[in-house]
Amino acid sequence: MIDRVGRYALDRVRAAGRLGHFLADLVRAVPDVATWRGPLVVQMRKIGVDSLPVAMFIAAFTGVVLALQASYTFTGTVPLYIVGTVVAKSMMLELGPVLTGLALSGRVGASVAAELGTMRVTEQVDALETLAYDPMAYLVMPRVLAGTVMVPLVVALGIVVGIITGWLTSLSLIHLSTPEFVKGLKLLYQFKDTWFGLAKSASFGMTITLVGCRLGLDTWGGAEGVGRSTMRAVVFSAMLILALDAFWAVVLL
Amino acid sequence: MIQFRDLRKAFNGRPVLDGFTLDVEDGETMVIIGFSGAGKSVALKHVVGLLPPDGGDVIVDGRAVSQLDRAGLTALRGEVGYVFQFAALFDSLTVEENVALGLVRRRLPEREITTRVQDALRLVDLPDTGSRYPAELSGGMRKRVGIARAIALRPRYILYDEPTTGLDPVTSAVMDQLMVRTQEQLGVTGIVVTHDMRSAYTVGDRIAMLYEGRVRQVGSVAEIQGSSDPIVRQFIEGRPA
Repeated sequence: MIDRVGRYALDRVRAAGRLGHFLADLVRAVPDVATWRGPLVVQMRKIGVDSLPVAMFIAAFTGVVLALQASYTFTGTVPLYIVGTVVAKSMMLELGPVLTGLALSGRVGASVAAELGTMRVTEQVDALETLAYDPMAYLVMPRVLAGTVMVPLVVALGIVVGIITGWLTSLSLIHLSTPEFVKGLKLLYQFKDTWFGLAKSASFGMTITLVGCRLGLDTWGGAEGVGRSTMRAVVFSAMLILALDAFWAVVLL
Repeated sequence: MIQFRDLRKAFNGRPVLDGFTLDVEDGETMVIIGFSGAGKSVALKHVVGLLPPDGGDVIVDGRAVSQLDRAGLTALRGEVGYVFQFAALFDSLTVEENVALGLVRRRLPEREITTRVQDALRLVDLPDTGSRYPAELSGGMRKRVGIARAIALRPRYILYDEPTTGLDPVTSAVMDQLMVRTQEQLGVTGIVVTHDMRSAYTVGDRIAMLYEGRVRQVGSVAEIQGSSDPIVRQFIEGRPA
């Protein structure tokens, strides 16, 4: 028992040490702009542009449900224009960033971990090193930067789409006029609502790609290892997104 | 000159290299043979610092690889071409882009990169495959592209990790010819890791057998063929224990 606990503790310490090395190597790769500049554009497209359909799909239906649930809750007790407030606040502060983040932890996190994991087990990462490339600069830096920059943009578009579908739902199903919806929208709006959601999204994007890269590059054991890393990347990044969500709420709200 | 000096490496407590010592002279092709899992590829990876040793070191032209800093390691890797067992080509890049990747890193002029890529692909008899992707190539062609990627760098040393594994006998013979031709035309020093004895006899100037983490015997092709060591004999004759 003591042996097992000791071994577990040692494993955790080693893992923390490896993570520290990974982050230090990533920081060291930052000045190597010539290496990461080229792949960055490709990754911005893959992580950002290619994620738009799934993010918009989620946002559109979230807006619809928010409007309907708010009207159901408020009918007869609270003025109905508050539906606009609920839709906007919820989309900007919570549901836009978190639902998109969770969806992208599956789409982007899994894809990054699987791609780098396959590169690791097929010796492509070793090949890069023998060609004098730093894998942190060539593989990790562009993905993390693209995730940090593009996820907030995807979330911003998702928020807009969610508010539009909430507005259309209000017009067509709960018979709220456009001026009333807009009145609710503006009622409690603060600029912080916008930047809070987007800053949070940037941290989600960074987390998803960091976890995907870290676990991908740490892959061993062939196809089974790639599957294991991919699954862990999705689970860990989803858990970290929820933990970060709570963290930012405590720190910034 | 590449010198393996008392190299030691263990994985999960199991020693793979246990005092491996071997000198590879300039201009020669040294073949390292041994049973599967004997540590041949592990030894090769130490030459370019892909694995850190637990003890001992590899000395390349007087430089102890494990002591090199990042810049030193980059400079060393610039002198060494590495041909991986399964070619390790980048799936998302075309053949030309794969071969050019190391040259782009060296920031060579565009025209020189194009010339070197074409020359390298010609040398491996694949002049018209530049625009194809690795997935569109056979296993043998992929390995030849791997060689082209290594020789495009005009290295002083080429390391081949199991270059004929998984290939049919004819394609293996083509690979052997290619390695001999590369050595003759470019005058590079080579280390070939293999358990294919026909290939070893064709490409090797000297052969070293790695057994239980250290060199069991090293000698010319004729010396190995005439070896009286029972382990060496068992291996080269392919006899079950």
